[in-house]
Amino acid sequence: MTEDDQAVLSLDGVRFRWPGQAADIVDINELQLEAGDHLFVRGASGSGKTTLLNLLAGVHTPSSGTIRLLGTDLGALSASRRDQFRADHIGVVFQQFNLLPYLTTIENVTLSCAFSTRKKARATESNDVATTARRLLRALNLDDEFHSAPVNKLSVGQQQRVAVARALIGGPEILIADEPTSALDADNRDRFLELLFQEVEAQGCTLIFVSHDPQLAERFTRTLELRTNAGTR
Amino acid sequence: MTLLRIALKSARFRRTSLLLTVFTIAISVTLLLGVDKIRKESKSSLLNTVSQTDLIVGARSSPTNLLLYSVFRIGKATNNVSWETYESIAAKDEVAWTIPISLGDSHRGFRVMGTTSDYFDFYRYGSAKPLVLDSGSRFDGVYDTVLGADVANDLGYELGDEIIISHGLVSADFADHDDKPFTVVGILDKTGTPVDRTVHISLAGIEAIHVDWQGGARSNVTLNAEQALQLDLTPTSITAFMVGLENRAQTFQVQRQINDFPDEPMSAILPGATLAEFWRTISTIEQILFVISGFVLVVGLLGMLTTILSTLNERRREIAVLRAIGARATHVVMLIVLETLLVVTAGCVAGVGMLYGLLAIARPIVARRTGVDLALTWLDPTQLGIMAAVILGAMLVALVPGLIAYRRSIQDGLALKV
Repeated sequence: MTEDDQAVLSLDGVRFRWPGQAADIVDINELQLEAGDHLFVRGASGSGKTTLLNLLAGVHTPSSGTIRLLGTDLGALSASRRDQFRADHIGVVFQQFNLLPYLTTIENVTLSCAFSTRKKARATESNDVATTARRLLRALNLDDEFHSAPVNKLSVGQQQRVAVARALIGGPEILIADEPTSALDADNRDRFLELLFQEVEAQGCTLIFVSHDPQLAERFTRTLELRTNAGTR
Repeated sequence: MTLLRIALKSARFRRTSLLLTVFTIAISVTLLLGVDKIRKESKSSLLNTVSQTDLIVGARSSPTNLLLYSVFRIGKATNNVSWETYESIAAKDEVAWTIPISLGDSHRGFRVMGTTSDYFDFYRYGSAKPLVLDSGSRFDGVYDTVLGADVANDLGYELGDEIIISHGLVSADFADHDDKPFTVVGILDKTGTPVDRTVHISLAGIEAIHVDWQGGARSNVTLNAEQALQLDLTPTSITAFMVGLENRAQTFQVQRQINDFPDEPMSAILPGATLAEFWRTISTIEQILFVISGFVLVVGLLGMLTTILSTLNERRREIAVLRAIGARATHVVMLIVLETLLVVTAGCVAGVGMLYGLLAIARPIVARRTGVDLALTWLDPTQLGIMAAVILGAMLVALVPGLIAYRRSIQDGLALKV
């Protein structure tokens, strides 16, 4: 297992099923990601994509097998330690509705640092949190005029980029994106991916990107195909 | 701290429904504190009707009855106390002062009380407040009268006016002492006690109007006012008397002596204790009121629970986002509880504000009508306790939606079911 310690992510015989279910919804024998890897997880709906992400983010624990993130066995942590681990080392972007409607753009981005002293420390290395957030937003093509705006004034594409900024502030090692482009049209999608990759690479972050859209796969260094055999959910 | 800021902003985002909830809580809190305030004010006003008096003595009867007729001028004495007995007790070494009380007549619905000028010297009410003349002077002549504030106010009397006293407690033309009118020489300040509704005359005055009466009716021999003055107007009996002792510690000893007085059956009561006992019998109503306001509060809290539960669905996304950022499941519970705390605290503050607003409006009216001063005092420990209980209760209630949100956030994980 020593070589695993170098891996950002390593899965070993991970299986998951909901109580009362007949078959495993997630069944991955082995998977290893190095720092900076970009993994494309492909699968139709019901193939357990979301469950896998919940496992990787430490929200759920596998029925059997081990998940190691940055050398830490998630299964060995308590639920609240897993939450803290997620806060410190993982950024998450959802398909849609990533932002809290009662906060401004900037507040949404800096919120990540509220639950993690590690992220906060890294975000304030050279500047204050707000300045770091503005820099990230600008890098993601969001001009200053949007920074103090209520987020429901933003387009869906803009909202998704704000979500990326929030996920990346404080330099998490892993970024998990769950169908982040499915609500975007083709133009927006391509621009979004462009910016996403640019920032992920700038931070040396490991990306785990889930989508049902096979067209996107070519941009990634690794691909994981999920089978739909278990698909009852 | 961050969680509090999130809770605040989130609550502001959904302010319409939450403000209604705040208002509901505010009304229940106002009601609860208001009832408590009224209860306390009426209790203290009752208990303060008479003070500094160690014993009240009358013919043998129940303590409450003696208290009612001697202090509140309600009901009638069963019997009188003879003047000799009164004098012998008043002459005791332990006794510092006495106030004789002679009741039985009235003036247009207000009781007439015969007494001596010791009444003005020694009678105390509230926190040892003495009687103060608003205008005029004490009675001096036999046909002088000093009116309580309400009597003068309600009947529109001024100094120098003449009044006719009726025999007995019901005004009837045939039983008027119309041959011996009294002159108003003094009007007392408002006290908020039964003194306000009393017509005070001297014991000699009581005697004078009754010299030509026998057994409740005029005798054949009539004496006019001037003729009556020629007679010895020392009373043969009085209704009751108040006693102040040299030394408070002797209260029970003197009480026993009076209760065991060999020549005449009498009762001596401790006004404070009897007032407290009397209060207990009538305070049931206030307790019922208090319980009802408690239920109003419970309804308010349940309303709040309903509101918060109904927002849980629309907050599902919000909670999933927070979880993704790293909020623990316990943070989710705390968020809900914090929001409840905000709503209830705002409700309490608004409720207290409404209470003081109402008190400020009601204060002059109540003071004019009843003489009770609704002092705008700061919340006392009981009232603070009530509010603490409200907030604590609300937080317990909030655990229900909190735990529901907790369980859901675990089930939902990071998946957003749109």
